[in-house]
Amino acid sequence: MEHIELDYPAKRRISKKAHIGVVGSGDLEVLLEPANGNSAHVSIRTSVDGFSEAWKAVLDRFFTTYDGAVRIQINDAGATPGSVQLRLAQAVEVSEQ
Amino acid sequence: MSDQRLGTNFINRQSFIELDARERAAALFDAGTSRELVGPFDRMESPWLEQQGVTPQEDDGCVVMKGKIAGQAAVVIALEGAFQGGSLGEVSGAKIAAALDLASADNVKGISTSAVILLETGGVRLQEANLGEAAIAEIMASILVLRRHAPVICLTAGTVGCFGGMSLAAGLCSYVVMTREARLGMNGPEVIEQESGVDEFDSKDHALIWAIDGGEQRYAMGLADALVDDDTPQIANAVRGLVLKGAPPVYRSSQVALYRGRIATLDTSRQWDPGELRVLWATKSSTEEKQ
Amino acid sequence: MTEHTLVRGTVWFRALTGQASSMSGDPKSVLTADSPLGKEQARFLCVVPDPNARFPCARHGEIGLEEGYTLAARVREVMQQDKNKTKRPIVAIVDAKSQAYGRREETAAIFLACAAAIDAYGSARLAGHPVIALIVGQAISGVPLTHGYQANRILAFDDDGVVIHAMHKAAAARITRRSLEELEQLAKKIAPMSYDIRDYAKLGLLYKLLHVENPEKPSEQDIRNVQDELVGAITDARRGSVDLSNRLESKGALEMRKASLLVRSRLEAQWLEN
Repeated sequence: MEHIELDYPAKRRISKKAHIGVVGSGDLEVLLEPANGNSAHVSIRTSVDGFSEAWKAVLDRFFTTYDGAVRIQINDAGATPGSVQLRLAQAVEVSEQ
Repeated sequence: MSDQRLGTNFINRQSFIELDARERAAALFDAGTSRELVGPFDRMESPWLEQQGVTPQEDDGCVVMKGKIAGQAAVVIALEGAFQGGSLGEVSGAKIAAALDLASADNVKGISTSAVILLETGGVRLQEANLGEAAIAEIMASILVLRRHAPVICLTAGTVGCFGGMSLAAGLCSYVVMTREARLGMNGPEVIEQESGVDEFDSKDHALIWAIDGGEQRYAMGLADALVDDDTPQIANAVRGLVLKGAPPVYRSSQVALYRGRIATLDTSRQWDPGELRVLWATKSSTEEKQ
Repeated sequence: MTEHTLVRGTVWFRALTGQASSMSGDPKSVLTADSPLGKEQARFLCVVPDPNARFPCARHGEIGLEEGYTLAARVREVMQQDKNKTKRPIVAIVDAKSQAYGRREETAAIFLACAAAIDAYGSARLAGHPVIALIVGQAISGVPLTHGYQANRILAFDDDGVVIHAMHKAAAARITRRSLEELEQLAKKIAPMSYDIRDYAKLGLLYKLLHVENPEKPSEQDIRNVQDELVGAITDARRGSVDLSNRLESKGALEMRKASLLVRSRLEAQWLEN
């Protein structure tokens, strides 16, 4: 079991929280909530150890185009980077509906 | 209760099976009347999984929603089959029992409240063993109380089906609704093969599995009250009909003399073609045991 | 841990009732007797091995189709007989291998046979019968759910031969893809997974853990003690409610089932909103 914490600068206020996904094999759930301040914090909990670099790469890329001040929690059971990107995008979509 | 074909053909069907637990639960309510209780943001996850290297899910794989079905108060409880096989842990079990108890309390206050339990589950979550098992016993006790007030409807649609301790809970319910894809049985094929050998049950024989446990078979044996297509509007309609129907005159699990007699006449010297039991058990159940 | 021979059910049934037989017309695998307990008559029930059982997969102490419906019938008989009288206690003596694993069983809906027994025990409890489970040996998987867990009070012997669990060790190891040693290590730190009755007792589900000198060959004193404890459990059950709420009010529950209690109170609070 690994815990990964990441922080990014952020400025946009978000009003709505979002929940996406299921912690199935090869899948993940994302909980996205508005946060105060100028940053976004990501907490990842994954049952597949040894991929912190890959996680950082995916989240770095996500935050190049997303500037919401949020708290993101990820519960992961072995999703691919592509699935992670998809779930993050879905969470953003729900939070901006 | 007949299977209602509302002219839905395959292409127009809205698959219920493809929906996750949250979407399935929401689909059963009258539009705009439902809200989730103790959802993911309450973060009531299992206290037992992370220390075993299993990633928890924030709703512990159980969704509870409250709202109206056919204009009547109802609670829908849905197990997420994709999380740990829909297995019952301490938290998911507590959510189910508590929701049923709250529904009973509302009935006592004069608010007629039904329950629909969506079961995609293999039974007890082994990582929580005795607490999962205890929770299932408490769920059973709660079903016995609630069903006296209002319908407790079990719905299993697949792909996981309803196995293990929760199949016993299904047996206590007022009504059982199944799709053809669903299965209902106490022990899964792999467990039987493991315990009693491949000649007893070849777990790779899919046709045999559905011939024994499948929705069509269970319905034909009189063990399910409705056989529905994998179509969300049809399923929601079937549930609505049962909510409006109210409590049944008898419960299958109370019809001891009937089923005891049926078991007594079976020729145990051989295996049977499941089709034989469709014929043997198709007669109308007696009304000898009320409640 | 001692080798499980499933003799304890018959031993304790005989010790507590002076009999060891099934009722007329019943399969030999279900022992039923009405016998004095304290100042009243109680019905005792036990599932035992019957090598000549009709169903081939139910010959070694399993709860199968016949056993489920027989338990249901004999419990309902008590309810019917006591409809307008004092509700007799019902004592489930538990030492059974597992549910029956067979094709016939699945085809003929063993899930419903077990549900029938659960319905009977639970309905008897709701009607006011004190239902007591006395676990003298094994109670695994479908067994406790079907025969014991709808009781007002559960008692178990404090002994290595008593195992209460959701699945036998070998099968559990296989399904969770761990070795037996790994499973045992895990069970040591995670109380609900333990196969040790003393860890089970921490969960707060038991009314009492009973010390018995010789569970397989009980002395007169052993038997008297157990009878006294059963009477105590019956009295306690009659004082309490007919539901299972006492399980979540125990000291063990407050310590080991905190999440259950929190979920219940959170759900109740949110239910009432709006």
